[in-house]
Parts: sequence; C-alpha cells; structure tokens
Amino acid sequence: MSEPEKTFTMQSQIKLCAMVFTVVLIATALMIWASFLPAHYTWATKVGIILTIATVNAFFVAGFLMHLLSEKKLVYTVLAFTVFFVIGLAGLTLWAMSDFPVGTAVH
Amino acid sequence: MEIPYTVQPRPDTGLYNAKLGIWLFLASEVMLFGGLFSAYVLLRAGAEPGMWPHGWLNVTLGTINTLLLALSAITTLLAWAACKVRDFGKFKFFHACTILLALAFLGIKSYEYHDKFIHYEIAIASGEHAGKFADGHLVEKSADFDLKKKTGTVTLEGHIVDDRKELMDMRSEEAHKAVHHEITIAAADIKKMQNYGPWHNTFTAIYFTMSGLHALHILGGTLVIFYLWGPGSKMWKTDPERFTNRIEVSGLFWHFVDLVWIFLFPVMYLT
Repeated sequence: MSEPEKTFTMQSQIKLCAMVFTVVLIATALMIWASFLPAHYTWATKVGIILTIATVNAFFVAGFLMHLLSEKKLVYTVLAFTVFFVIGLAGLTLWAMSDFPVGTAVH
Repeated sequence: MEIPYTVQPRPDTGLYNAKLGIWLFLASEVMLFGGLFSAYVLLRAGAEPGMWPHGWLNVTLGTINTLLLALSAITTLLAWAACKVRDFGKFKFFHACTILLALAFLGIKSYEYHDKFIHYEIAIASGEHAGKFADGHLVEKSADFDLKKKTGTVTLEGHIVDDRKELMDMRSEEAHKAVHHEITIAAADIKKMQNYGPWHNTFTAIYFTMSGLHALHILGGTLVIFYLWGPGSKMWKTDPERFTNRIEVSGLFWHFVDLVWIFLFPVMYLT
C-alpha cells in the first residue's frame, strides 16, 4: 500500500473501492451467466471462461486493494518464487496423474 | 528494548518488518491453498464420467457471500485509509462494518453446512422402493429409529430415483422436474443412509476441506480485526503510525482471504 502521500485522500480511496467493487459485481454476474450457458458449450469451455473472469477479478483485488501494482521489488520476488513452486506443485502432480507403476493400475 | 522497523522501512528490503512478514506468510498460504486446488483438480479429473456432482451448492447464497466478502475487503481498505488521514472515528466505523460483514459471511456458511448435514441419501434395500434411492432433507426420525436394530422410521422431504447418477446433476432438466414430497422409510428397508457431510463422496470431502479451511481463515481474521478494533486500538493514542501499519498488515491478510474465495466460489459452485 505504498502510495504518494500528496494524492492520498479518503475520496480517492472511495473512488478506487467503487471501481473495484463494480468489477467484482460484473465479474460475479458474468461467471454465473457463463455457468448457465447452453449444453452445446463444452464443460471445458465454460470452465475456461469462468476461470479467466475469476483471474481478471483477482487481478483487480490484488492489484488495487492490496496495492500490488505499486509494491517493492522484494514482494514481487517472493511472489515470483511462490508462483513458480505452486505451478510446479500442481503441474508435476497433474503430469504424473495417470502414471501407475507397472502392475498397479487401478483403472 | 525497542523493536526496529515497525514504522520505518528497512533500508535493505524497502519494507517495514511486519509487511515483509505478512507477505512471506501469504506466500506460504498460497502454497497451502495451491495444494488443495491441485487436489481438487486431481479428484475431479479422476472421477468417473457422470459421477462428479454438479449444482449441489446454492449459487444464490454463494453469490451473496461473494459480495459480502468483497464489501468487507473494501471496508478494510477504507479503515486503513481512515487511519492514514488520521480519522479515528471513520476507522472505527469501517472496521465495525468489516466485522459485521465477516460474521454475516460465516452465518451464511454455517447455514449451508447445516443444510448439507440434514440432507440425506438413502439406499433402499426392500419394500415398495427396493433397489432405489431416496434423496431429501430430514423431516423427522421416529423416537424408536435405530438403523442398526432396524427399528422405527425416517421421513425425508425429497424424491426417489432409480439410479444414483440421477442425483449427480442438480441442474439437469430431470432434477428440476422432480416433485418433492414427504417420503417415510422403515429402518428395516434401509441398506445405507448417509447425509451430505464430508464423508459422503470426494466432492463433499474436498468442498468441506477447502471451504472449511477458508472459513477458519475468516474466523481468525475476524478475531484479529476485532482485537485491533477493540482493545488493540489503544495503540492509536501512543503510536498511530505503527497502529496504521498493523491495520495495513491485517488488511493484506483479509484481501488474501477474499482472493481465495474469488476462486473457491466459481470452482465449487459454478463448474
């Protein structure tokens, strides 16, 4: 939350909050709409749309409410390591998901 | 001894210590929830076709909770902003709003959990509906109801289906057409009776694990915010800048909890 003191007023923060809340409202409505799309949209398409909207929503919350857009380099470094390990954790697990040692396959 | 860098940033990190500390803590939290989201994806991808539940959770309540949490994130930010402009009265007001919104969130979550605990699926072994499944909310159990001794009856408000698969998609046309009425089943006719608690299937297990852990975070955050709003606010008189930093740090945690919900809501309620 490092922000130049000169521009920091209660009004500026209220405006910022109103903008983020509007984004959250729209994103939530869009996600619900996407989840009710007709059956000819595949499940994967719906999930793709919904998660993309959720990511945009998260960007606004993290970027503006947590002021991540104007943080110190050290915070970005910490988060970069975290993202790397989370992707590694999830990616390696999913990659090995259908690997069963010979003779132990359960399905 | 005075603790260094509670207000001024350390020259080497550019951050005051508590802020670096909360970001490191949040990084570990990302790993925790990241692991659980991975587990969710694995369970879902490994489920047999047609056996992963859809529409089991109340979207309206989930949406209300999303908005409550978003509003609470905003009041948290405004509470910190009020401290920055040295308006203690507004800080008190906005933080009180945050606490109330958090309690409302937990109230709705508790209602949702309760709804799952009184929702039963019964496999019927004999009688009129032998081989079928009854699904619905518990109305009453007779005084002598005992599943092991096979005595008494249980009454549900729900419907009967031929196949368990029919219970998986609550958004399907069949599910919408189903007529719910009171069904009374004798214990002697019951093969298996189970509510929709975490033990019901892998979906309820991961749902209760993830949403329960998230709710614990909300509870913990609310306690911290309550402390800073109440007894902890004495620091405002002696060291307002340090107090403002405490509000910032607790706010960062609160926004993170909101971020987790931003993904938890669509993953659990909508997909």
